[in-house]
Amino acid sequence: MNVAVTTGTCAHCGLPTAPGRKFCCPGCAAAAAVIEGAGLGAYYRRRVLDPTARPPRPEPAARWDLGRCVTAEPDGGHAMTLAVDGLQCGACVWLIEQVLARESEVTAGRVNMTTRRLRLAWRGAAAEGERLVSLIESLGYRLVPFDPAALAAAQDRTGRALLRALAVAGFAAGNVMLVSVAIWAGLVQDMGPATRALLLWESALIAMPAVAYAGMPFFRSAFAALRHGRTNMDVPISVGVALVTALSLVQTIAGGAHAYFDSATSLLFFLLIGRVLDHRARSRARAGAEQLLALRTLDVALLTPDGAVERRAAEQVAPGARVLVGMGERIGVDGVIERGETTLDASLVSGESLPAAAAAGAAVFAGSVNLGPPIVVRASATGAGTLLAECVRLIEAAEARKSRFVALADRVARRYAPTVHVAALATFLGWWLGVGATLPQSLLIACSVLIVTCPCALALAVPAVQVIATSRLFRAGILLKSATALERLAEADTVVFDKTGTLTEPGMALVALPDHDALVRAASLAAASRHPLARALAAVAGSVVAAEGVLEHPGRGLSLATPAGEVRLGSRGFAGPEQAADAHGPELWFAEPGRDPVRFGFAERLREDAVATVRALRAMGMRVLLASGDRTEQVARVAATLGIGEWHAAMGPTDKVALVERLRAEGRRVLMVGDGLNDGPCLAAAAVSASPATAADISQTVADLVFQGARLAPVATALRTARRARSVMRQNLGFAFAYNAASVPLAVFGWVTPWLAAAAMSGSSLVVMANSLRVGRVR
Amino acid sequence: MTSILYLIGISLCLGLIGLAGFLWSLRNGQYEDMEGAANRILFDDMPDQPRPKR
Repeated sequence: MNVAVTTGTCAHCGLPTAPGRKFCCPGCAAAAAVIEGAGLGAYYRRRVLDPTARPPRPEPAARWDLGRCVTAEPDGGHAMTLAVDGLQCGACVWLIEQVLARESEVTAGRVNMTTRRLRLAWRGAAAEGERLVSLIESLGYRLVPFDPAALAAAQDRTGRALLRALAVAGFAAGNVMLVSVAIWAGLVQDMGPATRALLLWESALIAMPAVAYAGMPFFRSAFAALRHGRTNMDVPISVGVALVTALSLVQTIAGGAHAYFDSATSLLFFLLIGRVLDHRARSRARAGAEQLLALRTLDVALLTPDGAVERRAAEQVAPGARVLVGMGERIGVDGVIERGETTLDASLVSGESLPAAAAAGAAVFAGSVNLGPPIVVRASATGAGTLLAECVRLIEAAEARKSRFVALADRVARRYAPTVHVAALATFLGWWLGVGATLPQSLLIACSVLIVTCPCALALAVPAVQVIATSRLFRAGILLKSATALERLAEADTVVFDKTGTLTEPGMALVALPDHDALVRAASLAAASRHPLARALAAVAGSVVAAEGVLEHPGRGLSLATPAGEVRLGSRGFAGPEQAADAHGPELWFAEPGRDPVRFGFAERLREDAVATVRALRAMGMRVLLASGDRTEQVARVAATLGIGEWHAAMGPTDKVALVERLRAEGRRVLMVGDGLNDGPCLAAAAVSASPATAADISQTVADLVFQGARLAPVATALRTARRARSVMRQNLGFAFAYNAASVPLAVFGWVTPWLAAAAMSGSSLVVMANSLRVGRVR
Repeated sequence: MTSILYLIGISLCLGLIGLAGFLWSLRNGQYEDMEGAANRILFDDMPDQPRPKR
């Protein structure tokens, strides 16, 4: 047997390779040949391999049905947008663009590094795209086409509109403030009334259109809230800005001295900064989540009645259609096996950590992975009754029961808006009827109350913290999908973990190993299989060349005919001895002619930092529970290792939801961390939920946070950041209230002048922003 | 006194030019890929092809 032990690294993908060899596989050698052949060898000197990204090893990928994603361009060419997986650094962008630029028919090939998308346009037939995609894939990147419909929906129109409004407000605020300083100085230094009128008219000319344009996001939101009989923070903002602008115009026409154009424009400017940052952080997290899902969408191989294979999107498969699932492929539809016998890994569906044998007639669920030979699945009715439909129904029910969480800012706004408006009205009536001031004078004073209370600091208090916390989490690989998730997370006091795929890593670890020589020989058989145990065995042995002629016996093991007799690797009954001492856990037996069978024992591999994370969560005062769909002994062992006392095994989706509901009835706020399809309903039922990026699509969609990478620590990081964010939000709100409490009496008594209002407003906003920045420094 | 009229006019024009420039760059898609832009200045040989239109 040809056996090699790991020493070097591949010159192309950086993965371990056999000694004396430059490349780990023919794919990498071919990729390097293409790169050197195009004169782009500089790529290898420039790049920095990112250990968290997928290594650029070319792999035979599933072929895509590109047709539905290609759009015809007006110039007769075609275009397509694809998600790129495996980008390491700027050099990869350079390489892809250079390679595409050398193709004569390519008219545009540009990678967006932020969203990790490639836009590709070419002259000629739509089918030509197939070749271009293969070219990039041969370099080791994985490309997944985006549906044009989904792409159009994802276009960030709101973000652009907000940026335009911000630009206009910034222009107006700067220019009006420039003029206003001159007017204030003129009040002290005897500016002539004609000059003052001129400057006031200039301010009005700039401010009126700017307020009308830049205020639209607030006016629209306030109007929508009022129409539904609610009130939000935008209502006092809109009323304040509109009233102040109108009153300043009246003052300008009447030749008065007190105009608040600067306050109106700079208020909008500050608020829009908050909005833009908020929107940016949120859309970046959402784009990240979309990218993860896009990379996991799959086409299915549809068998047509005449026996040909056609690639189709999974949702286009009609019930009753026959689908071919190759070795290592994920099953895209719920259905029944029609032909073939194989081993299925259903860990993402049911939480079962060990694969199980499945033969014709067995029901299979979308999300299971076929580990054995190809099978044919007949898609079952896609309506009610499928596991996915059942989970979706449970999720909807759980979400309907979940009380609507009211964000802190909205709770404040509910009380704040009426209070302020009543105070302003009372001031007006007090001056007009009580003191007997003139109507314009009373209005002016009432408006100054509205201006100093205009919730600038208040409106920034929460979003500024959210932006900083969200982008901090984003850098740590945590995508925060929901706006209120941060606040809900800060309140969590109980965490429920799923086991398989959440506390444990996908895959198994070899724990009992007889001797190294046997391992290497067994690995040459194991390398031919996709079974998780075989893969774990092969991984420990390092780079081993797969023996030729290995036969796979689904549910039992592997065999290889050699001149000396049959070599077997597999289950106890298949390759084990007649009698053997009982041992716990998953195992593989390796039998060679003329030798005693040897046993390889396996265990689930906990995430590297699972123990430390559970301990850290406890230290934060969290009650930690474990709820798994797996068998009792597996769950018990993991719970013991982690020191979790409260654990539940063999739980179905409904049991898990019941557990979360029970905890909630006890007054607990539950953070659910899970990855499987069976965790979906439970994720929806919990107060706040998190999923690893390897989770089932539906769980990722439901979860409030998605964390990337092999570590569990992001759960603790997110919790810590959320708590810190909550305390800073409260400080900010406290400061904003203190500021209002101090300034309102001044305004009520008519002592506030425009310059004082402007200074107080800018000052309080800056204090709030500076305080919010502290969230970014939490460790 | 008339000089102030000129100055007001000039300052407004300069401001508007700046605003127009920003709106142009926004429409031009220059804020679409901030991370890529930071890396692109390091490429010494850009592919000779037109920028994709949006």
